[in-house]
Amino acid sequence: MKRGFSILAIVTALLLSFGLYAALVIAPTERTMGDVQRIFYYHVPSAWTAFLLFIINFVASLLYLIRKNIKADILAQVSAEVGVVFCTVVLVTGPIWARPVWGIWWTWDLRLTLTLLLWLIYVSYLVLRRFSTSGQTPVLAAVLAVFGAIDVPLVYFSIWFFRTQHPSPVIGGGGSLDPGMGRVLLINWAAFLCLAWLVCWTRYRLEVFKREVDEAHALQLLPEVSR
Amino acid sequence: MSFGAITRTTLAKDIRLEWRSKDAINAMLFFALLVVVIFSFSFDPTAEESRRIAGGLVWVAFLFAAVVALNQTWARELRNQVLDAYRVSPAPANPLFLAKAVGNFIFVCVLEAVMTPLFIIFYKLRALGPGWELIPIAALGTWALVVNGTFFAAISIRTRAREIMLPLLLFPLSIPALLGMVNATTAVLTGEDSARFWIALLVAYDVVFTTACLLLFETLLEAE
Repeated sequence: MKRGFSILAIVTALLLSFGLYAALVIAPTERTMGDVQRIFYYHVPSAWTAFLLFIINFVASLLYLIRKNIKADILAQVSAEVGVVFCTVVLVTGPIWARPVWGIWWTWDLRLTLTLLLWLIYVSYLVLRRFSTSGQTPVLAAVLAVFGAIDVPLVYFSIWFFRTQHPSPVIGGGGSLDPGMGRVLLINWAAFLCLAWLVCWTRYRLEVFKREVDEAHALQLLPEVSR
Repeated sequence: MSFGAITRTTLAKDIRLEWRSKDAINAMLFFALLVVVIFSFSFDPTAEESRRIAGGLVWVAFLFAAVVALNQTWARELRNQVLDAYRVSPAPANPLFLAKAVGNFIFVCVLEAVMTPLFIIFYKLRALGPGWELIPIAALGTWALVVNGTFFAAISIRTRAREIMLPLLLFPLSIPALLGMVNATTAVLTGEDSARFWIALLVAYDVVFTTACLLLFETLLEAE
């Protein structure tokens, strides 16, 4: 297992450095936006990775509710934590990109709003895990995760309708992506996925150790109480 | 006891408790009144402006005030370990949840009935669209807040700082419902668009989350 971890770490480092090089040098410069557009290679892969992690969180939470498998609970916690980090990256790089291109830092557009709401939902999930005093935190958290996930389609439709009633700013969407850009994007996404996997793995092991320590600590206290 | 009998008994007990103490309703009314006055001072709107913003103001005031009642839902049952007693009793969990949700629904509806005339006077409101639509909008919107609020209140009583935890959990998830209520109300008040999509959204929200609450409440109640 240790070996696999080292290999993954090396692959991640190589992919990330190559991804950075590809994004800055290999990828063609966008015609209208210029070099600013290169933030795209960090922005979009972060978003895809975050969404993937939130899906993993939902599946793991459901699995926990059905099977009461403690590993599923740890996986749900870890994927939410790392997902929130990647989602934060999206929300920070977005405005940096939007400011020179659209002339504004933020707009209540469908995708922006949806990402922000996802971030809020999963932060509230993490806050609950942190503040819970119950011995059944995993159940409470899993229930909240399921509620959060079923909320997403409703959020989508409500904002979609809310926004389409008003003129929305022009987004560089539509049209096709240059194949050179597409390749760099995929390389960077692979790098980000490896990074997410690596961080989740580390965090997962840390959480397993933490729970073992907590358990051992609780067991140690037991005889003292009964004595 | 049957499902209906448990629901009725619990609901009657809650209403009697509230009738005698008036804890939640007084706190909610005064809180909502403060919000109305403060908003009125901070925006100082004309009749035309207030028609645009009133939908938002009304619902934000009700949302914040409802949290007061929702927080008390289960806190009341913690004294004397009533919730533990319920857990070991053979009674199913869902009637309890339904009774609590309906109880909160009634309390918040009373609040709305008292506060709406005040809003109309303070903000010089007059609906330009079909005014009767406000009644189903209010009923659906209130249920949307209350059903999830009752559910999350049962989660937040197991946390530190439980009073502040409920809005932290409830508000992010309630945003589609809030968008629905606010936009439907604004549509009716300004008479510019149809409120139909938003009412449909509220119906969908209510159906989806009522189902989810009823499916998961037993798991939640047993988790201790």
